[in-house]
Amino acid sequence: MNERVAIVGIGWSGYRSKSADLSYKELIYESAVKAYADAGVDPRKDIQSFVTVAEDFHEGTSIFDEYTPDQLGAALKPVHTITGDGLHGLATAYMLVKTGQFDIVAVEGHSKASNILTLPEVTAYAQDPILNRPLRFNTHFVAGLEMNRFLFETGTTQEQCAAVVQKNRRNALNNPKAPYGADLTLEDILSGPVLSWPLGKRDSAEHSDGAIVMVLASESTARHLNDKPIWILGMGWCNDSPSLESREWGELPYIQKAAQIAYRQAGFRNPQGIIDFAEIDDTYSYKELQSLEALGFCLPGEAGILTEDGATEVDGELPVNASGGSLGMGHMIDATGLARALEVVLQLRGEAGLYQLEDVNVGLAQSWRGIPTTSGAVAVLAN
Amino acid sequence: MTENIRSFPGTPLSEQDFEEGKILFNYDELNGKFSWDTGIAIGSYLAGLKNGVILGSRCSTCRKTVVPPRTVCEWCFRPMQEYVPLHDTGTVNTFSLCYVTWDMKRLTDPQIPAVIEIDGASPLHGIMHLLKEVDPQKVHIGMRVKAVWKSAEERTGAITDIQYFKPVKEV
Amino acid sequence: MTMRKVAVIGAGMTKFVRRAQETPKELSWLATRMALESCELTLDDIEAVCMGTAPDSFDGIHMKGEYLSDGAGAWRKPYMRSYVGGGTGVFVPIQGWYHVASGMFDVVLVVAEEKMSNFYPHAQAAFLTIFDHTTERPLGPNLLWIFALEMNRYMTTYGISKEDIARVSVQHKRNAANHPCALLGDPDITVEDVLNSEVLAYPVQRYDVSPVSDGAVAIVLAAEHVAKRLTDKPVWVEGVGWNLDTAHWTNRDLVYPRYVEYAARMAYDMAGIKEPKKEIHIAEPYDPFDYKALHHLEGLQLAERGQAPQLYIDGTAARDGNMPVCPSGGLLGVGNPIAAAGLMKIAELFWQLRGEAGDRQVPGQPRRGIAQAWGDLMQVGTVVIMGR
Repeated sequence: MNERVAIVGIGWSGYRSKSADLSYKELIYESAVKAYADAGVDPRKDIQSFVTVAEDFHEGTSIFDEYTPDQLGAALKPVHTITGDGLHGLATAYMLVKTGQFDIVAVEGHSKASNILTLPEVTAYAQDPILNRPLRFNTHFVAGLEMNRFLFETGTTQEQCAAVVQKNRRNALNNPKAPYGADLTLEDILSGPVLSWPLGKRDSAEHSDGAIVMVLASESTARHLNDKPIWILGMGWCNDSPSLESREWGELPYIQKAAQIAYRQAGFRNPQGIIDFAEIDDTYSYKELQSLEALGFCLPGEAGILTEDGATEVDGELPVNASGGSLGMGHMIDATGLARALEVVLQLRGEAGLYQLEDVNVGLAQSWRGIPTTSGAVAVLAN
Repeated sequence: MTENIRSFPGTPLSEQDFEEGKILFNYDELNGKFSWDTGIAIGSYLAGLKNGVILGSRCSTCRKTVVPPRTVCEWCFRPMQEYVPLHDTGTVNTFSLCYVTWDMKRLTDPQIPAVIEIDGASPLHGIMHLLKEVDPQKVHIGMRVKAVWKSAEERTGAITDIQYFKPVKEV
Repeated sequence: MTMRKVAVIGAGMTKFVRRAQETPKELSWLATRMALESCELTLDDIEAVCMGTAPDSFDGIHMKGEYLSDGAGAWRKPYMRSYVGGGTGVFVPIQGWYHVASGMFDVVLVVAEEKMSNFYPHAQAAFLTIFDHTTERPLGPNLLWIFALEMNRYMTTYGISKEDIARVSVQHKRNAANHPCALLGDPDITVEDVLNSEVLAYPVQRYDVSPVSDGAVAIVLAAEHVAKRLTDKPVWVEGVGWNLDTAHWTNRDLVYPRYVEYAARMAYDMAGIKEPKKEIHIAEPYDPFDYKALHHLEGLQLAERGQAPQLYIDGTAARDGNMPVCPSGGLLGVGNPIAAAGLMKIAELFWQLRGEAGDRQVPGQPRRGIAQAWGDLMQVGTVVIMGR
């Protein structure tokens, strides 16, 4: 079918380093109530299918999808879980609407990262159990390997990476949702403890708890629901090799391909001059630079220079992570991509408050599933 | 099957292959530790158990009393704000006599898990727990049972504050 | 508005075994390669990959979907793993269906893999963590409990005997004797054998249960214009449905799977089926335990409530009956590598509807079949209707 698909409702809760007062179900309920009110829909009557994103080991529960329906108003409805990032969930909801079988679909992602007492170990369990895990490295070593190769291949510097941290955490100061806003000097960032050289602790995003729900609708339905639909122009996602022994370290072919897929649907080849701003992966400082290059905003080696020159600041040519990104808002594990998309929607609606960008019509959200994966997704949205 | 398929792949191993050391493997014990936030509804439930009370919640729209309590009614999506103390007696909705543990070790005397419809909750609304102090052969669906609690000092605010349920004399 | 038609054009599977020498990636790849060869495609023709695999805890690998991706042929391709517990095996073809029906892709590979033997000492223990961490897990529950509780409720409510239920196990295991990949096929098994087997969790006995297994299955889905170019015998996905009931499983009657009914109605609506009992020629209901097949036949509206045992008594469910049930041998006979077992049912319908099921072929050139899986805390139904 050719009907377009819009995001018609958004809701969020949390963005806190801890959220001991609410269970994950209650966090999700808060977001769902807001999203449904925003869209003007009743989940029991109007929403025809639900998509959630979660990973069992992040929840400490096997077959976690068992616990997804009630707090979404989705009991006895078509619900399924994608073990992916929030943008994979968004892409799934998008496809469901595109089949023509569903007019209104909701997508949910959440983080209770604070409940995982052994998060570094849990993350390490994603490594190959025979080849890599027995080496018992600090789980961030994969990012250290990638950063080192990226700096080597592109001539990017640690200072340029630190400039990303400085920008995003300063941006977060204007975002009341963001718990990690700070005004740091480059020296503050570079002098922090080392995680896995060249990766420093301050290059790495802290975690936060929270939940995000979005409601998607087909074009004809969206027009009835509210006056601020945000259109999904294109969605792409891709994997590269999961093996640490046979992957590209310097570039991100999976982001390149995910972007190509999304751009093709949106009807353009080159994002420069079309996309007004981006909310992209900054789990680690260097990832923002590497992703900007993979997304085609600049050539390899240029992203660091552009960042130093201020091109990605809120008043720059291409504002990147004006919200503060994961470095400023906290990494929300499986919900991270939805958090980025939510910020794009807020900007396109003109509801971003203190960090509202001027004259923005097309925005991009991009995510990565974190170490040790080579899995990412891209969404192009417009008002 | 399809004309193209002559044989199916896959190589079965036997115990012997392991005993004889033909197969190499890597053993790892996972260290996943979690502290789940109980939140408002389950937090209240656990606080109730610590006080020796089974707490339910009531949806005024659906006119249902459910257990354990929850923040939202899954059927009408309205918040549930009314908490109701229930009885610690109930009726066996279904049960099993289980001769293996959760990691498949054989038991001589069976564990008896049951779904117990709690008195005071709406019909068919119960919790899973264990039955004890009962002849396994005499357990039946519809049997009346009562909670056996830990002493007040021993209770910690956990589902195990109820040690088990046991039959009550049917009148 | 007309929906894009989606066809199954190829299928492949590994043997289902108690413990495979192959790694999870290798099992995935073996099934994938066979599925591609069966329709004379290569990985270059595949535009996206959908993966189905059950809990990460079996393998002890976090983000297992990512780990499996290259085995499933997803290198530099759009790839996602969907997940609805035990229902995954019949959900993952639904995931493939919406990849194609949405217009995003024309040729999609669907892979399901499970390696339960990785868990030590026994996969059953991995199921402890499916229960609610606060209100149930401290009681030390095991997976058998929920089946035993549900089976007892079902038997007691309708007065169904153990013997009635044992017939399911017997027929499925006998059917499996003709399946080249089967783990527990047995042409000579009797009702007495089932009734005399070890009691695990009354009323569940050893032979009521499908075996823990390793294995993988893959199928290839294509949009109509591609399917017609590639094969004379496409098998169409005519309807899909899925449904998830509340997580509060102790707050509903386990005697009837409403969620399966809702999923089935969604699929029947899509397929334009008004009278399922007449219009479905082969049924592959989910049968991890023998009573589950009965339970699910009722949910699928293929038998009245409490009446499903009659299908096995009067021969309707036999391979040469009016509506053969699990001609593959089902999970009870072929084996139960969770997600792969569900997709095995889809592969079986594909082969049966094309008349390529060999010794297992159902007579009378069946035109339409239904496959169903179930999972979570007695909570999820997934349904696919296929026809030629």
